[in-house]
Amino acid sequence: MSDTPKDKPQDPWARFRSATRARIALGRSGDALPTKALLEFQLAHARARDAVHNAVDFDRLAADLSPLETIRVHSAAPDRPTYLRRPDLGRRLDPASAAGLPAGEWDLVFVIADGLSAAAVQVNAAPLVQACMARLGHLRIGPVVLAGQARVALGDEVAAAMGARLVALLVGERPGLSAAESLGAYLTWDPKPGRADSERNCISNIHADGLSIQTAADKLCWLATEAARLKLTGVALKEDAPSLAGPDNEKNQLTDRS
Amino acid sequence: MAGYQCDLGRQRHRFDDLKAVMACASPRRSGDELAGIAADSDERRVAARMVLADLPLKTFLTEVLVPYETDEVTRLIIDRHDADAFRPVAHMTVGQFRDWLLSYQADSAALAALAPGLTPEMVAAASKLMRNHDLVSVAAKCSVVTRFRTTVGLPGRLSSRLQPNHPTDDPTGIAASTLDGLLYGIGDAVIGINPATDNVPACIALLEMLDAVRTRFDIPVQSCVLAHVTTTMQAMERGAPVDLVFQSIAGTEKANRGFGVTLSLLAEAQEAAKSLKRGTIGDNVMYFETGQGSALSADAHFGVDQQTVETRAYAVARAFDPLLVNTVVGFIGPEYLYDAKQITRAGLEDHFCAKLLGVPMGCDACYTNHAEADQDDMDVLMTMLATAGVNFLIAVPGADDVMLNYQSLSYHDVLGLRHLLKRPPAPEFEAWLDKAGWLDEQRRLPPWPDQSLVVSALLGSAAR
Repeated sequence: MSDTPKDKPQDPWARFRSATRARIALGRSGDALPTKALLEFQLAHARARDAVHNAVDFDRLAADLSPLETIRVHSAAPDRPTYLRRPDLGRRLDPASAAGLPAGEWDLVFVIADGLSAAAVQVNAAPLVQACMARLGHLRIGPVVLAGQARVALGDEVAAAMGARLVALLVGERPGLSAAESLGAYLTWDPKPGRADSERNCISNIHADGLSIQTAADKLCWLATEAARLKLTGVALKEDAPSLAGPDNEKNQLTDRS
Repeated sequence: MAGYQCDLGRQRHRFDDLKAVMACASPRRSGDELAGIAADSDERRVAARMVLADLPLKTFLTEVLVPYETDEVTRLIIDRHDADAFRPVAHMTVGQFRDWLLSYQADSAALAALAPGLTPEMVAAASKLMRNHDLVSVAAKCSVVTRFRTTVGLPGRLSSRLQPNHPTDDPTGIAASTLDGLLYGIGDAVIGINPATDNVPACIALLEMLDAVRTRFDIPVQSCVLAHVTTTMQAMERGAPVDLVFQSIAGTEKANRGFGVTLSLLAEAQEAAKSLKRGTIGDNVMYFETGQGSALSADAHFGVDQQTVETRAYAVARAFDPLLVNTVVGFIGPEYLYDAKQITRAGLEDHFCAKLLGVPMGCDACYTNHAEADQDDMDVLMTMLATAGVNFLIAVPGADDVMLNYQSLSYHDVLGLRHLLKRPPAPEFEAWLDKAGWLDEQRRLPPWPDQSLVVSALLGSAAR
């Protein structure tokens, strides 16, 4: 724009813009969106779709996690289209993966699932695991399991096979236009297939413009320590946790959150 | 039950029961495939439709899809069926019923009189024999009008819900999205917030904020915070300014229990809201949302296909004389509606079925980022729905809901539709726009520059 500051009229929306990321005051071309706003929307949608459909580079993730030991597994969903149509397959291990998991005496196992955002996992998962490791010296922690085409409940089967008392599953959350790299963390005591979502604790919205890695690690480790002490996760544990409430109104529950 | 069959050449297609016929007759959709009840070939899909076409409509009164004894929604449907209203079509098969619906005899008055005589299953069956355009043209003949402070659903008008959501319920952020929407003439159906946190004090704070905006500008509109019905009931007990009671509902008793509601709880909430007498021109005080896939997601579909079980939710809705009902069609995810073709079809089915049953249906034309759909597809759906006479459409700033992380329609979209199709908002709201001097000589709402009196009056006075 060629307006000098002197010529430029004051923006009456200025104080409102700082209060929300919503796309307010976009202007109009007739009744339609101006070209700039149209293309900005398309860019955000393109990034969100790429986050859903791109694959996590698990080799790079394993390198980022080094020297921690990692194990690769895959769900029963062979590809992304099947994964999106069949949530039940994304919650189960394929037989070959199930056979390869080592049993041990673990207090806690981390499972990193691609979920619905490869970008979230690629950027945020390794730093979060490392930040937790630094805080959890008192627990016996197993190898980190990297799971492809995986949903939250897959962690139950993985952890049960490894004999872990607690599983922390990190998963790429469904991207929005303003947050395509958001990671979620689900903590489950005594994990085994069939656990309900109400038996887990969830920390949502972990990304650069949301909950920071360090804050998320504080919360997750507080929960893990309390879970090990009380021998439970879920609703009963959440009530004692300070300021863990995130957005909990998924359009008043019209959607399956797992 | 003897089952059903259809011979096509050398192939005999057998269906164990009526549920199987209904499921196989549905257009292909991922939710029915996930449930394992979809037709396994395109031929079988058509065979099921041929069985359905020859089925007497009254079969649905004796052969229920979800047991009467164990499901209060089935009991509601059967016990409230109006046999007198049903009489004009009682002798018809489903196929003949479709032909009649499309005929000139089935005009607005005939369809309105018939509504109490129809059950959700009859209407769902007819929809399975219809093309998208059939769904539009029959729905366009139906008129379901409701009132609170505005009149919603009048022929030739298009109302809208203004949805100013914010990820942390920040009051200034919500006010920003609300004022922006008002400048596009959005909100005559309701200004409705999905709260980020569902608790009573947060709900009351938002209700008071919306009520203050409404009274400051003297806008004929109703507001709603879409918290759980029990939260809103507690807010009413504490004297909060509740216009409408919201709740998500579904088509079986078990699915509704998953939402934490029963029919008696909804009746209690309706009575409480009516007793506040806040409506100026009517007392339709309920607002419901529905969506294909919600019953399967709650493991409460009982082998009934997702479109039919969705239609049963409209029987729940109509029992409480709602001001507004909308399907959240693309919101529930690709495991139920995979792509734009499925979302579009489902949106038109939901609107058609609700309108035939006498339910004031609107739509959240929307999609999530893991569905195969984009804004071009929403353009098609919104235009077809508006042509079909949808009561209202939901709109958010720039089509991007920053709280629920999905895409709906933008304020621009609804305004453009109104101008293109010559469908103004509710008359009370249109009069308010006119009085405020916002309409041009062609009764359009033009783009006002940021420095105009219209904008500075709205934003400046909001600042005080």
